[in-house]
Amino acid sequence: MDLTLLELYVFILAGFTGYLVITRVPPLLHTPLMSATNAMSAISLVGSLVVAGSDRGTLSTVLGTVAVVCATINAVGGFVITDRMLKMFKTGPKGGHTP
Amino acid sequence: MRDQIIQLVYLAASILFILGLKSLTKPDTARRGMQYAALGMVFAVGGTLLHHDIIDYRFLALGLVVGTVIGWPLGTRVPMTAMPQRIAISHMFGALAATLVGIAEYRHQAGLHLERPVMAALGFEVLFGALTITGSFMAFGKLQELIPGRPITWPGQNLLNLALFAGAVGAFGYLIYDPTQEWAFYAMVGIALLVGVMMVIPIGGADMPVVVSLLNSYAGLAASATGFAIGNNVLIICGALDGASGFLLSLLMSKAMNRSFSNVLFGAFGSAPAASAAAGAGGVMKGIEPDDAAALLAYARNVIVVPGYGLAVAQAQQVVRELAEQVERRGGEVRYAIHPVAGRMPGHMNVLLAEANVAYEKIQDLEEINAAFAEADVALVVGANDVVNPAARSDKASPIFGMPILNADQAKKVLVLKRGKGAGFSGIENQLFFADNTSVLFGDAKSTLTRVVTEMKALG
Repeated sequence: MDLTLLELYVFILAGFTGYLVITRVPPLLHTPLMSATNAMSAISLVGSLVVAGSDRGTLSTVLGTVAVVCATINAVGGFVITDRMLKMFKTGPKGGHTP
Repeated sequence: MRDQIIQLVYLAASILFILGLKSLTKPDTARRGMQYAALGMVFAVGGTLLHHDIIDYRFLALGLVVGTVIGWPLGTRVPMTAMPQRIAISHMFGALAATLVGIAEYRHQAGLHLERPVMAALGFEVLFGALTITGSFMAFGKLQELIPGRPITWPGQNLLNLALFAGAVGAFGYLIYDPTQEWAFYAMVGIALLVGVMMVIPIGGADMPVVVSLLNSYAGLAASATGFAIGNNVLIICGALDGASGFLLSLLMSKAMNRSFSNVLFGAFGSAPAASAAAGAGGVMKGIEPDDAAALLAYARNVIVVPGYGLAVAQAQQVVRELAEQVERRGGEVRYAIHPVAGRMPGHMNVLLAEANVAYEKIQDLEEINAAFAEADVALVVGANDVVNPAARSDKASPIFGMPILNADQAKKVLVLKRGKGAGFSGIENQLFFADNTSVLFGDAKSTLTRVVTEMKALG
């Protein structure tokens, strides 16, 4: 099969998976969800690291390095702040409901 | 062999990401799940470092170090009240990374032989990326109040935006026809940057939850397009997850305002109809002093707090929890009613209340709690406006007619905390503030509530 078609398969199926999983995230956690997906979008590191580290001329190296900086900011800052937020979501005393 | 190892590592990372997202369906599993996702990121980066194209590790190490040094304080220092602008600016970083990779890839591949499908992917990447860069930056500016939060509009605005967008799409089409035309590529980037600015300028603060979610989705799609361009599945998967999440959130937010996507993007909120709606509201707002409010709350059995953006502005989340403790100490029950678009991003209020140590079982959504207002002794509205405006139910002329609202007006007594007598951020008058069973506590929410709490303690 054509490689691009195969990639389209992956994209559509991942999109569906995401949609089905995320529909079940309660509104309570919508902000952590946003910051989590944000941190995960730093996966563009897999592209920018290659651009920054391969020998394709000075401009490519500069563009790649700046891209690595931006993506790393999101990866580090995103996961740290998500964890900070999720740490705050606590259940009531004795894990029970209010009387 | 090395390639297979890298691909397997990417597969593991993808699985960890999906598990991480799945964990967010429950608050008690969420934290552990996100640690899995972070581990996935470490795997993905580690795998990439094995890539045979990488021959010089100096600059990528520099990038990783600088990014960590900037990212760490952005994660640990930014206060929870500033989360909306923090999220907006990180969409900008994500999109910038994707766009820069797109430009570098274009330059690299244009020198060899650029296939049309790859060109299409690169086009989508920089198109979504560039408009997300400037769009997010504008959203950040509005949320941080560097530029006015009100909608900025002028005649022919939509026509101009449409023309710009058509220009970007035209350049994109030409590039797919002939990928070697570098000028068209850079023109497309330039126009897309402009589109991002123009798209967000006319959107008011109250519509920010939709815009921020939409930009989240675009940033994800840009990442996914990167994956198509360089043939990397983990990028495609992660971008698709991100895109789906942002898309779903913006759908939910639009639905919560009873508006369509296009209405949010093209119909600046409350620009013309606000005047007619204002005429409908009338009467006198009854003020109440903190000591009277304290007495009222002290004898209430059933209190529902309705927080809005004003709670975030006044940073009143801690004192609201203290007030709730006073009510609970006397045997009353306090719950929190959260409208989906309360605040400036999805879930904004929940995070603030969680920060103030409010147990999450007490925090309830619109559908869960709306029937309970009729039995509530007091509805305490802290800096919320449109989400409790009864005009949404009854007044067909109102710009927010049809939007689902919290039925705070059905409580036996409504206490409203308000900074002044003016209409709220959206400029729409609210009949609730003039109703017979409503009393208004004027002033800064934090200092006023502090006085109420002091009075309640004095009551013994």
